[in-house]
Amino acid sequence: MRARVFVTLKPSVFDPQGRTIADALQSLGYDGVADVRQGKYFELDLATTEAARAKALAAEVADKLLANPVIETYRIEVD
Amino acid sequence: MKFGVVIFPGSNCDEDAYHAAKDVFGQDAEYLWHKNTDVKGADVVILPGGFAHGDYLRTGAMARFSPIMGAVRAFADRGGPVLGICNGFQILLEAGLLPGAMLRNKGLKYCCQHVYLRVERTDTPFTAAARAGQVLRIPIGHGEGNYFAPPETVEKLEANRQVILRYTDPQGQINDEWNPNGSVGAIASICNERRNVVGMMPHPERACEPLLGGVDGRLIFESIVQTLRSAESLALQPSVVGRAS
Repeated sequence: MRARVFVTLKPSVFDPQGRTIADALQSLGYDGVADVRQGKYFELDLATTEAARAKALAAEVADKLLANPVIETYRIEVD
Repeated sequence: MKFGVVIFPGSNCDEDAYHAAKDVFGQDAEYLWHKNTDVKGADVVILPGGFAHGDYLRTGAMARFSPIMGAVRAFADRGGPVLGICNGFQILLEAGLLPGAMLRNKGLKYCCQHVYLRVERTDTPFTAAARAGQVLRIPIGHGEGNYFAPPETVEKLEANRQVILRYTDPQGQINDEWNPNGSVGAIASICNERRNVVGMMPHPERACEPLLGGVDGRLIFESIVQTLRSAESLALQPSVVGRAS
């Protein structure tokens, strides 16, 4: 199975890169883009064929390594 | 006394820290490769600056899992003094030996400059030779030095007097213009609750000789040398033998 892990800064954490990208888009005339949050995306190729196990394993590695719980949160999709 | 200087793949201030301990302060020093599983009898351990494991994923995220970190944690748990400088501070945060995390600098730029630091606390092994309120001029060099912790953690740090150095102006006043990276509370250095583990973003090992443009970093090394020396002399007094833990 494949798991996709999306890691983003918590809403309470200021994201200077996202802010800079949003400012750049606004200066390019994209007034409709109110804000941007930058994050990280991981694709995990997993040996298991069970979605529940894939999700549990992805969550375990996200907790342990991929995300820093002090500043980040994550979301997982499996297929 | 012996300094143990950890080398991770990508460390680049290990030789500077070793040089300061060995050549400037005349102490024994030994390198500790990150795959070692013991600190080789070191009395103080330094996690130096650099880009451990390429700083891939996040600064310090991979280094946290290097075998030496188990030994560093055990050394810290026994009360051994540990100093993380710059990338070493980032590693201590990722390893959970200190609270909080580092974000990209507020201005997104890598900052390489001298900064002014106010000494907030002198009851740590790395600031014992300083005066409270003393202003030090020491260089920084980092892209991710914007210290962050949730408000409740910052409150706890302040209540427990764990903030050791803050970025200030040359007169020692906190001022946003003199906070190079946007750190919450202008925090440049913190310690753990037990006060034996200290992380700092500035580089004291780069400010130990006049040739390098300043000597204020000597205070950090003088502090640990004094602290360990007084611990040694206490241990030598028959009256206290057996009391030392």
